[in-house]
Amino acid sequence: MKVRIWGSRGSIAAPGPETLRYGGNTACVSVTGADGTLLVLDAGTGITRLGASLRSIPSRVDVLLSHLHLDHLIGLGFFRPLRTPGCEVHIWGPASATLDLRTRLSRYLSPPLFPVLLRDLECGLTLHEVPGGSVRIGEFVVQSDLICHPDPTVGYRISSADGVLAYLTDHEPALGVPDFPAAAEWTSGYAIAVDADWLFHDCQYDDEEYVARQGWGHSSLRQAFAFAKLARVRELVTFHHDPAHTDSELGLRLERAVRDLRPTFAVTAGYEGRELALSRRPAAAGAT
Amino acid sequence: MAQKEIEVILARQLSSYLALPAFIVDPDGGLVFYNDPAERVLGRRFSETGEMPMAEWATLFRPTDREGRLMRPEELPLVIAVQDRRPAHGSCYIEGLDGQRRLIEVTAFPLIGQAGRFLGGVAIFWERPG
Repeated sequence: MKVRIWGSRGSIAAPGPETLRYGGNTACVSVTGADGTLLVLDAGTGITRLGASLRSIPSRVDVLLSHLHLDHLIGLGFFRPLRTPGCEVHIWGPASATLDLRTRLSRYLSPPLFPVLLRDLECGLTLHEVPGGSVRIGEFVVQSDLICHPDPTVGYRISSADGVLAYLTDHEPALGVPDFPAAAEWTSGYAIAVDADWLFHDCQYDDEEYVARQGWGHSSLRQAFAFAKLARVRELVTFHHDPAHTDSELGLRLERAVRDLRPTFAVTAGYEGRELALSRRPAAAGAT
Repeated sequence: MAQKEIEVILARQLSSYLALPAFIVDPDGGLVFYNDPAERVLGRRFSETGEMPMAEWATLFRPTDREGRLMRPEELPLVIAVQDRRPAHGSCYIEGLDGQRRLIEVTAFPLIGQAGRFLGGVAIFWERPG
């Protein structure tokens, strides 16, 4: 399983000299299997660079949307495979209580917000509403669950023979929980994250910022650490960085949090361009 | 134990902040939580009672009508809300686990989540002057 971060910024793109290291593009992560299966987590501004990087357009791409807030959707219309005849594009995302996924997506992919209608895209498009249990996509098993964030939002758990990636990019499991974390069974996102190798988790705020923004659907670094500990993950990857936080601020905050909270798991920065790889497959006979 | 559905988690979190007594059950009617104000009416802390099946909680508090007749579980608003999946309202006397008899008025509704998933029921109740 190979993972690459194409955008890890939250809320709105934040390009500029002060965000060069972490990057300014909003949420997009690619997950590639050994068999070539390509999953794309979210369609923020980062997805345009992913599309541009493809040497050839694959015959199938699956785009897994955590929710439909604009920072996770705005790049979709610029993703090359959607404009490529013959490419099979599957978009997975949550419906709402009153609108199906197609109607919700069409609110963005239609004038006056976008000139091209969903039905006019050249690819072979299939929409799937989540959550809907576990599904197999190529070599991956993908599980989705609704999580705590304003408007229907899901977390994804992607499993293969190589390991497990949990993606909880916009998530406020501490909302209304005075002594967070509560018991695992009462904690949003636990089933998605438990025993994952990598947990990509919302780390938008510091403690002071969180107090002023409770209910906005995001977490502080401290809460993300507590959630990761509860879920027994191997590595926490910080994600959904606040657009106002500069590279130097993000670096200092992470250093301070690791020093003060002394996590028993690895904690690493989710910055744009970062690549991660995981393989648990036995080496082929005769291989060196 | 498996994680609860997010709608149930959020219902518990909301009820934790309400001054109204609230009682949450799963799709089978099994008690999964009641809040602090409900503890005052029911006479025992949730941490002491814990989760319990419907057959147990529906008789534990000895619900009776105004004539003192013991009510069957299927007459209780929360049981109606879960079994018939419709809102229900009613009043009854209960005997708290502290031994006190109280008149309560109950509004119950089924908990229907995203994609029409049936997740259980919620009852909100008020103590009335007997």
